[in-house]
Amino acid sequence: MVQELKTLQETPSQTAGPYVHIGCIPSFAGIDGVYPEDLGKRAIEDGAKGQVITITGSVHDGTGWALRDAMLESWQADAAGIYPGQDGADPKVTGFCRFAADMDTGEYTLRTVKPGRAGGQAPHIALWIAARGINIGLQTRIYFDDEDNSGDPVLSRIEQAPRRETLIAKTTGDGAYRFDIRLQGDGETVFLDM
Amino acid sequence: MTDPLIPRDRAVHPVSCDPGYKTSVARSPKWPLLSLGSTVTEETGPVFGHGVIGPLDNNLILNFSRGAAPAMGERIRMHGRVLDENARPVPHTLIEIWQANAGGRYRHVKDSYFAPLDPNFGGCGRTLTDAEGRYEFLTIRPGAYPWPNRGNDWRPMHIHVSVFGSGFGQRLITQMYFEGDPLIARCPIVATIKDRAQIDRLVAPLDMAGARPMDYLAYKFDIVLRGRRQTMFENRPEGT
Repeated sequence: MVQELKTLQETPSQTAGPYVHIGCIPSFAGIDGVYPEDLGKRAIEDGAKGQVITITGSVHDGTGWALRDAMLESWQADAAGIYPGQDGADPKVTGFCRFAADMDTGEYTLRTVKPGRAGGQAPHIALWIAARGINIGLQTRIYFDDEDNSGDPVLSRIEQAPRRETLIAKTTGDGAYRFDIRLQGDGETVFLDM
Repeated sequence: MTDPLIPRDRAVHPVSCDPGYKTSVARSPKWPLLSLGSTVTEETGPVFGHGVIGPLDNNLILNFSRGAAPAMGERIRMHGRVLDENARPVPHTLIEIWQANAGGRYRHVKDSYFAPLDPNFGGCGRTLTDAEGRYEFLTIRPGAYPWPNRGNDWRPMHIHVSVFGSGFGQRLITQMYFEGDPLIARCPIVATIKDRAQIDRLVAPLDMAGARPMDYLAYKFDIVLRGRRQTMFENRPEGT
């Protein structure tokens, strides 16, 4: 016998299911009026410092089909690399956004500011993906193809250099990026356990 | 709070690919996850204040009709605590729930089950834990319902639960089941969790001490989030 540890185990995850929007983005499910507005409707308020960007993409399954029922969340630092809640953070940056794949096209769009470097890491946005068929939320990150990503502690830990590209959003226009997520198969996105 | 998160014990969680739950087969990564220590990105997270919570937000019996008429169904109180792996309460954190109505029908544009919608039930609620990590919802017991998977699969009665914690790396979505429901043992989504003891942790016991006579039954559902490593001997490189 040994002394008892007073620690607990994490509650097991279960899939968010196809109706995740009811709880997380009710207006998307057709439920209006219970809350004044959906939580995490925007990552930034007017007047946020930095470059306003839009990131568009979709979440593909192993057959290449774009999910129509995925729910995504993002979390990021402000333009100076300071996270909301930390000293000196831009009060116009909430840093958190929720968005869904479109029910017809599967496309999502995130409008935010380009984050700054935080803690020795290249500018990035954390993503969390929940959907029917995903039994535990998937963590990944969006980096940018027009930033210096060398020396980033996460990217540099990806042994197969071509797989790093799966985390790098591609410029498609002025302040516009494309970031597709592949759950499985060719070009499978690197998912994180951090 | 930016103490490092304790690495996730994946053994307590469902497998990502389970042929019994058909949709998971094409939606599960085949390559291993990249495991790394948490950074400031995972150790910080959004904070939601009382300003975003309305007075009826945790009352699903009344919040869809704005208090005008109660939802149909068996009245229940769902309550419990949010703790972390160090058994410390997680205070002031957001919990969101969503569920089917008493007939097993969701108010969602994509749910076409022919059980009727309840005009007074939306099916979403949210609340913040108090200083000791406690929370409660008043709702109705959701119905079981059939779903397209194998020939005759039914979901047990369940309430979806989403919790934030204090860091984005603690983010968790799960489902609460009800003590005594015979459909739990037949559910392929429940069965994505391979450890029976872990399944039991999602089954809320009937809690008569938390019920209100002549009003509602109660079910207790405690939630444990990832904890943070607590030691004076942190060997972190500067700036990470």
